[in-house]
Parts: sequence; structure tokens; C-alpha cells
Amino acid sequence: MGCRRMTEAQLKLANVNINVVVGQSVRALIQDVNLEIQPGEFVTVLGTNGAGKSTLFNAITGDLPLASGTVTLAGQDISTERPERRARLIARVFQDPKMGTAPRMSVAENLALASRRGQRLTLASRKLNSQLAHFKELAAQTGNGLEDALNKPTEQLSGGQRQALSLLMATMRNPELLLLDEHTAALDPHTSAAIMTLTDKIVQQNHLTCLMITHQLADALKYGNRMIILDAGRIVADYDAEAKAGLQEADLLQYFN
Amino acid sequence: MGLGVSAIGQGLLYGLLGIGLFLTFRILDFPDMTVEGTFPFGAAVTVSAITHGVNPLLATVLALLAGMLAGLVTGLLSTKGHIPVLLAGILVMTGLFSVNLRVMGRANLSLLNQPNLFEAKWLKALPEYFDSVAVGTIVVIVVLTLVILFLNTQIGQGFIAAGDNPTMARSLGINPDGQQVLGLVVGNGLIGLSGGLIAQNNGYADVNMGIGTIVIGLAAIIIGEVVFGELTLSQRLVAVILGSIIYRFVLLLVLKLGFNPDDLKVLSAVVLAVAIMVPSIEHKIHVRQVLRNGVQAHD
Repeated sequence: MGCRRMTEAQLKLANVNINVVVGQSVRALIQDVNLEIQPGEFVTVLGTNGAGKSTLFNAITGDLPLASGTVTLAGQDISTERPERRARLIARVFQDPKMGTAPRMSVAENLALASRRGQRLTLASRKLNSQLAHFKELAAQTGNGLEDALNKPTEQLSGGQRQALSLLMATMRNPELLLLDEHTAALDPHTSAAIMTLTDKIVQQNHLTCLMITHQLADALKYGNRMIILDAGRIVADYDAEAKAGLQEADLLQYFN
Repeated sequence: MGLGVSAIGQGLLYGLLGIGLFLTFRILDFPDMTVEGTFPFGAAVTVSAITHGVNPLLATVLALLAGMLAGLVTGLLSTKGHIPVLLAGILVMTGLFSVNLRVMGRANLSLLNQPNLFEAKWLKALPEYFDSVAVGTIVVIVVLTLVILFLNTQIGQGFIAAGDNPTMARSLGINPDGQQVLGLVVGNGLIGLSGGLIAQNNGYADVNMGIGTIVIGLAAIIIGEVVFGELTLSQRLVAVILGSIIYRFVLLLVLKLGFNPDDLKVLSAVVLAVAIMVPSIEHKIHVRQVLRNGVQAHD
């Protein structure tokens, strides 16, 4: 343990606890979680339903208050910041494709909003037209025709197009942390695979630090360079890139009994 | 002729009420009951100010500010006080009834022998009733331009997004609560302005003039949508104004048919209910299809 020359963690959760009140009793959703994620790590997060995966994300985004502990991201203590404030650092893609986009606004309008993520909005013009070329280029990398739908309301898009758009919106400003909350679970297998490939490409290209919740063991093994497993609100396993590379699906089944 | 012109003028002035309500009802997606208090509040403030010697133009601006204040109270009750927004609106509407009595000092205040916006010299040169059309057109053009410009700013886009998908807005760093307050302030400002103008056009303010105003506003919005169909957001705002004018003609027609003016409120409620039901009824019985088939069969 002599070597202490570690880079500073990009995300650090220290002694994090989250409780909910159920009737008369208090139930712990997350218990004493300590986690350090290095810059550029792509961590897949596994666990049964109710293991605390989404609660962990909500702790990081501020959607659930901490009972105790601290959350530090990119050197800033964000433990008590409101979710809207944290948006300057954190981007999230939800499971439901409907959650990540404004349905009645066009694709370009959604992208324009995302291009100002976490910034103070002003009475300046939204400057939609001057950004269209950039948006078209951005949308073209999805490979699903999104670039031809820039002026369509997003409610007219397919689930795969919407989720690709959500992913672009989440990553176009290179967030300090990208949270993927089962973002392919609502899609058919073919579309799901396409979105996963796109996700991996974007994360690699931009060296994003990323946490991805998934129920697909194959995806959890194939993508990312680290894996954590949650059970009953605790982190019960943590595989680094090398250990993860040697894992088989069968090795993981013990956590899903 | 005169009645038709008057209907256009009234439609334009009430159209502002529709625009104000559109911001909350269509963009933020809730019916703002504050309207029924804000509209007479704007009227009461304007008329009282004029009878106290304030310049009519300034008195009209005061109506706008009064409306904004009412919207602010509803917004704060809803976002900071966590009162459901429908109830917050009802509370403010109820409270404003007393406020309006206090402002006017009585239930009805006349502008008889007082100046008002519609008494300007150049307006007096116009034929009868055209004064309200002229004032209405000018105010509607100014308001529509400002609202459309606003909706195309960064804040305006954040406002639309917050109404469209609060979860997504929050995840982009936009506080939906702040946008809700903004919508209520601007919306009620326009509704107060509408009240101030209608009061001057009618020549009085009455503490009961708010009853049914939410139906008037919703009718303008929904008639506009039913008649003009799929439109861009900016076009939809224009459709609200046109819907408001059409609604005035519908009421005029109803009265011409010989209905008792006492029944006007129930009739306006029926007109609105029918307008709201038209899209779903049309969907169910394929009215257009039936009409087309009918025409072809007789060709």
C-alpha cells in the first residue's frame, strides 16, 4: 500500500446513506456506500430490482436527499446542491425514452436547449438556425435518420431515435459525469444494440466518466472498464477492468438469487 | 354591421385574455383559476386609477402590473407553499374579490365623464365601434410580437420545455418551479391588461365581471385550435385571437336567435363544452369521412 500517487477521483461517494420513511419505520435504501470513480472510467452497475441502483443515481443527481455522507464530483462537494444546479456537471439518460426530451418541441429545439445545459438562460435569441449545421452533423452519427428529423416534434420520433437524441443531448457538452439509467431497456433488441454501440462510441471518443445501470448481463460484461454490483443498498462486488475481462455471465448469477 | 364590428373589437380585447391563459393552459398544462380574479382586478385598478386622475394609458399599464402581482401570488403559493396550482388559483381568485371591492370602494364604478383610451381624438374620428377595433389591433400586435419574441429566447425555450417535460427540464438545469411562476406572472399580466381595456371599452368596472372569464379564455384557445388545426406555436397564438373573435360572433348569433341574455353564461359553457368535444367526436364518427361520402353519393 506504499504507492499513494493516485489521480484525484472524478466522482467520490463517502459514507453515503439514504433512508425512506415507510409508515412508522425508517428503511435504508443505501447503506454506507463508499465509491471512487476515476476520470474516464465507464462503470456498469448491476443488481436485482430494489438493490439500490436507481437510488444511487438519485443520490448523485440530488433527486433524493442524503441522510449522511458526501458526494464530490470533479473536485466540488455537491452533496447539498439542488438537482437543477448539478445539471451543469451531470447528465442523465432515463429508461423511458419519453423522459429525456420535450415532446412538442422539435429535435433541433431540444438540442439547442441541451447545448446550454446548466447555464443561466437569458433573453438572448435561442439562435436555432446558426446551430442547425452542427446539430445535423451531431445527429448524423446516430445512424437512424435523426438528422432528417431536426424540425419534427420529438413525439413523432421512434423510441430508438428519441433515445439516441436523449443520449446526444446528455453528451453534447461533455458532462463531468454521464448517468445511464437502463437507457436501452425500453427498446427492441436490435435498436437496443444500436444505441449501446452509439453509447460506447460517444463515451470512448469524449473520454466521459460514466455509470451505466443495466439488467443485460451481456451488455454489462461487454461494455465499460469496471463493474460494481449492488445488493440491499450496499456495494457487494467491484471488478476492475482486468477482473471484469475475465468474468463470465455464470460468475454473475450468484448475485441474482 | 355595428354589432359585427363591435364583436371584432371585443374579440381582440378578450383575445389578450386568451393569450394569457394560453401560456398557462397550453404551455404549462394547467387551468389557472386566478383568471377570474385577475380580470376584474385589472378592470378595478384601471377604472379607479382613472377616476383618481391618472392618465388612461398609465392606468392601463397599472392593470398589467396588477395582473402580474396576482399571478406572482398564485405562483408562490403553488411552488413555495406547495398548494396544488388549481387550488392556489381559486384561493387568489377568492381573495381578489375583496381586494377588488377595496380598490373600487364599491361593487361597480363608472367611467362616466372620465377620459379613457378609447376617447382619444383620432379614435373619435373613426366610425362607431371602430375605436375598439383600432385599440385592440394595436395592443394585440404589440403583445403577440413580444410574446412570440419571448418564446424564441433562451428563457422562452426553457419555459416551453418546463411545461412540456419538467423532468427533462430539471435534468438540463432549468428549474420548473421558476418557469411556472414566470408563466403565471406573464399570463396574469396579460389577463389584467385585458380586464383594464374591456373596462374602459365598457365604461365601467364591476366586481362580478370576472365570472365566466376562464370559459371565455378557454373558448378562444379551443375554437382557434378546432378551426385552424395543426399550426406552429406562433401561428397558434394568432389562432387564439381569431378564436376569440369567432367566439364573440357565436355569442352574437346566439343572442340574435332570440335567447335570453340571462342564459348567456350557460350558453357560453355549452359552446365551450361542444368545442372541446368536437375533436373526439369527429374522431369517433369520422365526420369528415361521412361528409365526403355524402357529397360523393349525391354527385
